[in-house]
Amino acid sequence: MIVDIVLQIVKIIVIFAVILTCVAYLTLMERRCLGFFQVRLGPNRVGPWGLFQPIADGLKLFFKEDMTVLHANKFYFILAPVISFVAVLSCFAVVPFAGNAYIIDIPVAVLYLMAISSMGVYGVLLAGWSSNNKYSAMGGYRATAQMISYEIPLALALVGVLILSGSMSIVDIVNSQNGMWYIVKQPLGFIIFLICILAETNRCPFDLYECENELVAGYQTCYSSMKFGLFYIGEYAHIFLACCLITLFYLGGWNGPVLPALAWFFIKVFFCAFCFIWIRATYPRVRYDQLMNLSWKVVLPLAFLNLIVTAVIKVMF
Amino acid sequence: MIKALIVGLWTTLRHFFSRSVTLEYPEQKWTPPDRFRGRHIHLTNEERKPLCVACGLCEKVCPSGCITIESEKNPDGPGKVVTDYRINYLRCCFCGLCVEVCPKNAIVMGHEYELASEDKESLIMNLDQLLDKRMKSENQ
Ligand code: SF4
Ligand code: SF4
Repeated sequence: MIVDIVLQIVKIIVIFAVILTCVAYLTLMERRCLGFFQVRLGPNRVGPWGLFQPIADGLKLFFKEDMTVLHANKFYFILAPVISFVAVLSCFAVVPFAGNAYIIDIPVAVLYLMAISSMGVYGVLLAGWSSNNKYSAMGGYRATAQMISYEIPLALALVGVLILSGSMSIVDIVNSQNGMWYIVKQPLGFIIFLICILAETNRCPFDLYECENELVAGYQTCYSSMKFGLFYIGEYAHIFLACCLITLFYLGGWNGPVLPALAWFFIKVFFCAFCFIWIRATYPRVRYDQLMNLSWKVVLPLAFLNLIVTAVIKVMF
Repeated sequence: MIKALIVGLWTTLRHFFSRSVTLEYPEQKWTPPDRFRGRHIHLTNEERKPLCVACGLCEKVCPSGCITIESEKNPDGPGKVVTDYRINYLRCCFCGLCVEVCPKNAIVMGHEYELASEDKESLIMNLDQLLDKRMKSENQ
């Protein structure tokens, strides 16, 4: 019993260490890739190819002055980054990296994911509200509207996958993709999922709630030092989570020839991350009304269509 | 619209694989264009004497007032010889007016642009530092 618990704790620590390392290097990857996209080099000074850049960034954040603005509601101001951070990291509990490298495989994993990941918006909303200034508040409101609008088509797109696999456990979903990835069976669903997850993770072209040129830094305007760092890590962890989910739900997870399962998983995840960065480097930010129109008038109906067609086909054949 | 989105992605991907334009500065140096206005150079004649006749025009024209000329009467001939010529690079704006105005073409703008320094004193350069060490002028 005790041994079991200790083993489980060790597993959790190891997996989280891996996740946080990946997240740190995701920031480096983003900066370097963006550099290449813009025909420059990106950070390459700290260590070979800039590999120690994330460490330097982290140290810098630690040494910054940690401020709590005077007119802020202190409790929520401090609570907000914690919520954002915790909400994202708890999602990784059900994300399997390979056939047996996961913390837990619960039968309602997808439901758990949807529930916990939507908690993240509370962090953003509270941050925006408690900082008590207009830019933060605007960022917070936008975040709420955006999250609510895109969570629905996201869930609907996922239901298509659930219908096909007949299970809510992520391990089962991956195993049912042996042979044929769901990106082939669910192309429309995949595109909807991609759009929604871009909006959910607050990525360009949907990074409406911290867009620098309108809102200073949106909900993060008043944050500094490690409180900002937590938001930042949370955001990148969210992107990493999104890449994992795309891989697991649509790209066949860790299945692949020759290479070990773990290698396939990370190849696919980092390919997704590259696509995220690629999209960021390409598209301009949409306007707020365009964002809402896209969600309610285009993506949502398409998601319903996808769901109906999938269900009908599943029942008929 | 979808075509436009794909064209956009293709364009950025091409840039991703194209050569970067970044110059990795301390290792790679920039070659300034011919007419670049960098640190001044005082030209000399064949006897290694400065061409400057200490007329003081550059000192007058300088909008930043950063030129100081010291001179004495020429011991073996008419006119004056320059004994010291200081340019204060803390204030020089590299406008090139001093070069334009010089009747003897004694001073030109060089190509040196690495003028950062940790102490201010070193940026007030005297005649010795400004004299052209390599080039001999044909213009006597
Ligand atoms: S370049 Fe312009 S500012 Fe500099 S010394 Fe000559 S006249 Fe003065
Ligand atoms: S204008 Fe020319 S000759 Fe006259 S003082 Fe200046 S550098 Fe010397």
